[in-house]
Amino acid sequence: MASLKTLALLEEERPGFSGGHSLCAGCGIPPIVRTVLGSIRGPKVAISATGCLEVATTRYPFTAWGVPWIHVAFENAAAVAGGVEAAYRALSRRGKIQGEPVTFVVFAGDGGTYDIGLQALSGALERGHRLLYVCYNNEAYMNTGIQRSGATPYAANTTTSPVGSLGKGKAERRKDMTAIVVAHHIPYAAQAAASHWQDLSRKVERAVQVDGPSFLNVLATCPPGWGHEAKDSVKLARIAVETHYWPLFEVVEGHYRITHRPAHQRPLEEWLNLQRRFSHLHGERGADLVCRLQEELDEGWVQLLQRDAADAEWFRALEEAGA
Amino acid sequence: MAKVELALQVLTGAEATAHAMRQIRPDVVPVYPITPQTPIIQTFSRFVADGKTDTVLVQVESEHSAMSAAVGSALAGARTMTATASQGLALMVEVVYIAAGLRAPVVIAVGNRALSGPINIHGDHSDGMLARDSGAVQIYALDAQEAYDLTVMAPRVAEHARVLLPVMVGQDGFNVTHSAEPVALLPDEEVQAFVGPYEIPYALLDGNAPSSHGVFAMPDSYFELRHQMISAVEAAERVYGEVAEDYRRLFGRWLPALDAYRMEDAERALILIGSAAGTAKEVVDDLRAAGEKVGLVAVRLYRPFPHQALREVLAGVKRVAVLDRAASPGTYPPLFSDALGAVQGTQVELRSYVYGLGGRDLPLRAVHRAFRELLAPAHARIGYLGLVGEDDDGES
Amino acid sequence: MLPGDVLRPRTGGWRTGQKPAVDLSRCVDCLVCWIHCPDTAVRQWGAVFQGFDYDLCKGCAICVEVCPAGAIAMVSEETALDPGGVVQGTGVLAHGQG
Ligand code: SF4
Ligand code: SF4
Repeated sequence: MASLKTLALLEEERPGFSGGHSLCAGCGIPPIVRTVLGSIRGPKVAISATGCLEVATTRYPFTAWGVPWIHVAFENAAAVAGGVEAAYRALSRRGKIQGEPVTFVVFAGDGGTYDIGLQALSGALERGHRLLYVCYNNEAYMNTGIQRSGATPYAANTTTSPVGSLGKGKAERRKDMTAIVVAHHIPYAAQAAASHWQDLSRKVERAVQVDGPSFLNVLATCPPGWGHEAKDSVKLARIAVETHYWPLFEVVEGHYRITHRPAHQRPLEEWLNLQRRFSHLHGERGADLVCRLQEELDEGWVQLLQRDAADAEWFRALEEAGA
Repeated sequence: MAKVELALQVLTGAEATAHAMRQIRPDVVPVYPITPQTPIIQTFSRFVADGKTDTVLVQVESEHSAMSAAVGSALAGARTMTATASQGLALMVEVVYIAAGLRAPVVIAVGNRALSGPINIHGDHSDGMLARDSGAVQIYALDAQEAYDLTVMAPRVAEHARVLLPVMVGQDGFNVTHSAEPVALLPDEEVQAFVGPYEIPYALLDGNAPSSHGVFAMPDSYFELRHQMISAVEAAERVYGEVAEDYRRLFGRWLPALDAYRMEDAERALILIGSAAGTAKEVVDDLRAAGEKVGLVAVRLYRPFPHQALREVLAGVKRVAVLDRAASPGTYPPLFSDALGAVQGTQVELRSYVYGLGGRDLPLRAVHRAFRELLAPAHARIGYLGLVGEDDDGES
Repeated sequence: MLPGDVLRPRTGGWRTGQKPAVDLSRCVDCLVCWIHCPDTAVRQWGAVFQGFDYDLCKGCAICVEVCPAGAIAMVSEETALDPGGVVQGTGVLAHGQG
């Protein structure tokens, strides 16, 4: 894992991403992008889906990107990345490019990953392109003004799952995108959060070493979308991890490993109470909904613990073989 | 006058196109199967499997991804081709527009086919017309030989520094894609020399100068950026002419933007796109034999539309029937509208016909009917050639 | 489009009355604020904290929250500081956090 000093020195030498963009104050996305780019040694190319990150960082004639960057549309970032990677393979094979290996990294939001971009992502994973796909997951369509997505959690208030006299926020559970990705038998997948930047950085380093596709689902805080104070961005991500709302784990060749075990599980209310999208759950009146959310988290955590235990031997063998 | 001896082979349009692709040796071909384009990629995949070309094939999961991968690849710095048809083109159209806007010179072979619904796998030009305003250059082959020739010419047009746009090379589904005819292939090395190396400015994989592609443009810049693209499409007419001229000089085959057939002293003429030119030429010959002054213009270069060239070839013609193999429900069909723009301010009278939707044949008698109706002064009604019952009004 | 073709847009105008200031005597150069700043407004040189880039800083106060040494505080925009918002000694920053 790169230390912050190393990351800082690398960014100083060759900034991959710089301020001056128009992402919201307190946005959770840039630290993810910078940690990811900083943790990849050698040349890299970034591919974006349409979304907050893309719109806010490339308003003509400005660009926040110090690495080669391309955006084509919303639903096709993985396909575009596959094309760029294929071009790299073709040109390398024909001797038209030489030098250090290039890493291809996709940045797409949850809308561009869980929903409209799922098909292209699935295709790219199945074809085995050597690329890292990073989903910056802020759990709704934030760029268009906070509409519910497949990543939006149960009960969350969005502009298309509003709380009203009948509406209680989103009526459905968020889908388990990481599991969907794992079902593609790719060599590396993980969940991460910017609050745990060392964990994220380490995962990026592992991800880009594998020979094939890798996937990181990274929780990204969003002050206007979640209704939290800008200053609480990092704190909230940490709470998500420590309530088991967003467990940190990795899946290496199908084997699960929890990468951070919170010392104690924090109460779910700490997570809910800092966000206006859950304000209808605050206090007594939301008790049922909170209960259901809590069951969901507990179920997920128990399953994760079981998987982690079952695969512990596999990881031990792997480490011994590596040592 | 051909400088190169050409070997004749009996090939379908699809096979001839695959041969052109093999000889061009694109770096990357992302593609997805669809009738009637499938024989293009099947034949090409076989060439790759047999080591006849070392192109990287990317077997994507949809045409949308085919075109998306193609844009990524082309802008990365790799020569990229793909192929599609019908619903596949409809699905990829979003990205064809973007390809033009991002100036990605992807060559797209199209086996032109009807659009659903009802679903139909046969030829017409509805799919191409759906991409008409995308900014892609569109060229249409009259037969398998032309499908080959135009595919060889296409990269030169697409990648020209003044163009840098996707180029669609259309061939009629089944009438051309699946019809075998003798086709003269150029030697591989001649094709290689003709297309030359792939060079674009600001390639994504040019490690020396990081560039951002596909940025966000507000009202203060979008119009100018689109206008640059529009100007590039306009410039493609001249570039197409130069490339065609080169092709004629080197290989003796001449494929101008407009194929004018027996137009010298014609008083009545037909305009159309694609394989129906064969049927129409037969009728022109018959009528000429009977002393009638008739001719035919087949449009190869459809976008950019060669307005001036059409105006010139129609000078002296009294009445013209424009035959569209696509409709624009509620108004005049596309080719008619283009032709109307070309002749505005002249005395030429135009009449609009739609024919051949969903693979319907264009019968000889329907072409006769169009020429016959041109004897009378023009009227505004859109005629439908080959539609049951329609060709029978009037004596035949 | 090439990076650096044009001047960077300035987003410092987004701040709403408060700006961060750092007491470098407390700072331990851990750079936690640097990685978490969404706007690359925490300046460092040779992995040493150098103060803020007020042209970029949007005033989100994340840096205040994450600093383990309590070296950063938000101060009124009017407070006269050196161009990087660096102050020496603890008296100037009215700390709200521990
Ligand atoms: S207030 Fe926010 S934008 Fe300003 S330096 Fe601190 S973290 Fe960066
Ligand atoms: S977080 Fe605090 S101690 Fe660490 S570098 Fe920033 S100001 Fe200094």
